[in-house]
Amino acid sequence: MDQDWRIVSRIRHIGRRVLDGVARLGRAVVFLVRLVPGFSVMATRASLVVQQIYMTGVLTLVIVLVSGAFVGMILALQGYNTLVRYDAQSSLGLLVALSLVRELGPVLTALLFAGRAGSAMTAEIGLMKATEQLAGMEMMAVDPLKRVVAPRFLAGWVAVPLLAAIFSAVGILAAYVVAVSDLGLDGGVFWAQMQSGVSFTNDILGGVIKSVVFGLVIGWIAVFEGYDARPTSEGVSRATTRTVVTSSLAVLGLDFIMTAFMLRGL
Amino acid sequence: MDPKPLRAEPLVSVRDLSFYRDRRLIFQGLNLAIERGKVTAIMGGSGVGKTTLLNLIGGRLIPAAGVITVDGEKVSTLPRRELFRLRRRIGMLFQSGALLTDLDVFENVAFPLREHTHLPESLIRDLVLMKLELVGLRGARRLYPAELSGGMGRRVALARAISLDPMMVMYDEPFAGLDPISMGVITKLIRELNDALGMTSIVVTHDVTEASAIADYIYLLDQGRVIAEGTPAAMQASTAPEVRQFMGGLPDGPVAFHYPAGEYLADLLGS
Repeated sequence: MDQDWRIVSRIRHIGRRVLDGVARLGRAVVFLVRLVPGFSVMATRASLVVQQIYMTGVLTLVIVLVSGAFVGMILALQGYNTLVRYDAQSSLGLLVALSLVRELGPVLTALLFAGRAGSAMTAEIGLMKATEQLAGMEMMAVDPLKRVVAPRFLAGWVAVPLLAAIFSAVGILAAYVVAVSDLGLDGGVFWAQMQSGVSFTNDILGGVIKSVVFGLVIGWIAVFEGYDARPTSEGVSRATTRTVVTSSLAVLGLDFIMTAFMLRGL
Repeated sequence: MDPKPLRAEPLVSVRDLSFYRDRRLIFQGLNLAIERGKVTAIMGGSGVGKTTLLNLIGGRLIPAAGVITVDGEKVSTLPRRELFRLRRRIGMLFQSGALLTDLDVFENVAFPLREHTHLPESLIRDLVLMKLELVGLRGARRLYPAELSGGMGRRVALARAISLDPMMVMYDEPFAGLDPISMGVITKLIRELNDALGMTSIVVTHDVTEASAIADYIYLLDQGRVIAEGTPAAMQASTAPEVRQFMGGLPDGPVAFHYPAGEYLADLLGS
């Protein structure tokens, strides 16, 4: 009897969690729809968006540059080690470029961006809510969705593809340095293989599409978590953690789905 | 000949207002009127919904029943655009100040001007300095909110609240947590600004002395309704037990000291 009751309450608990999750997702979608009219800020107050792109971009630029360089160097070492077994080390440039442009550039940039700038966005909006700054704006007849949230969302959306491009470029340069100076490959072959093997429409555009989607999703999660946070210090800290966890998982999941579609050519 | 005053109707009128929060009753059948040009104090113990009332008047909350009109407009049914237009004519001073922490004092006061007007920079500068001069903080214009004391922060917030020359300012606990000198300064400012700028003021507070000093009219709230109203003198002289309890600061009386709870002994002995 008691046992039965425990099972029932456990099932109930699961059900409640699922319902809560679905309700949150619903709120997030409604929030995104409410945010769309705020996009007009791009036309009317572009300086607000530019300022946020500067903030989020500069915030993440150093970490993207350093990570990109290291990933490129590691790719060169690992790729050479594998290719040399088939005497195909001349294709190293192609391997590095494809890995970075199609996959590692967009995904790693998105993960770094979520951890560095996404969490900051959530914390900032959440704290503004907790300290009544958003309520104050509303009473001053200023729509916080337009003034505070939309510029940050748009900035994230713009910044991620730009940062991903920088990541890939730095990674390829770093790989070139390692390949030529350390592994003794011919620099001309490195570039030539890359030039003939990388397709603009399939590879580069595919990577850009990915990073645009990641930018949208991270920005959306970050501003929603901040705006939806309980206005206490605990609520803001939880929301910040959730932003990083949720957007990292979303990036990886979406990456798998998009890769599957892209490789099959839709 | 007895010329009728041009605008006799009150600036804010609240009729039969009911409001619930999480099924808990906050207001039931609340009626009050805020006269133009006057300082009206809304008093009551902590948690009777004084701040909620300001949010209802400002249209941030929707009442369950009843009508609130501000300057002849029904707040709860106004479309968003109209509501925002109305809010431009209302200043609000939050208890926390609600200053924007990433902007300095000058930019905080300039914020409503920049958002709602297209004035040239030189004019914005003059207006902001005039408002800051009124609250005595012209010299503090380059400080950030984190560098201000509680009293100074509230004065900056006050300067911001009046930067668009509103018809009405709502003060949420303007005296809470201030030292006696800052309190005196704020009290004087509320009265002077009201009279000098021809505004209407609503002051939500539980501070009897300060409210009696500046208010023209006092409403006393408890249990979701107005339990007493009158001029400060009349309130002080009132013989009604609940009014005397509040004005005299007595711990228990008709206004219960205890939050509603079950029987004490049963609670202690129960599992």
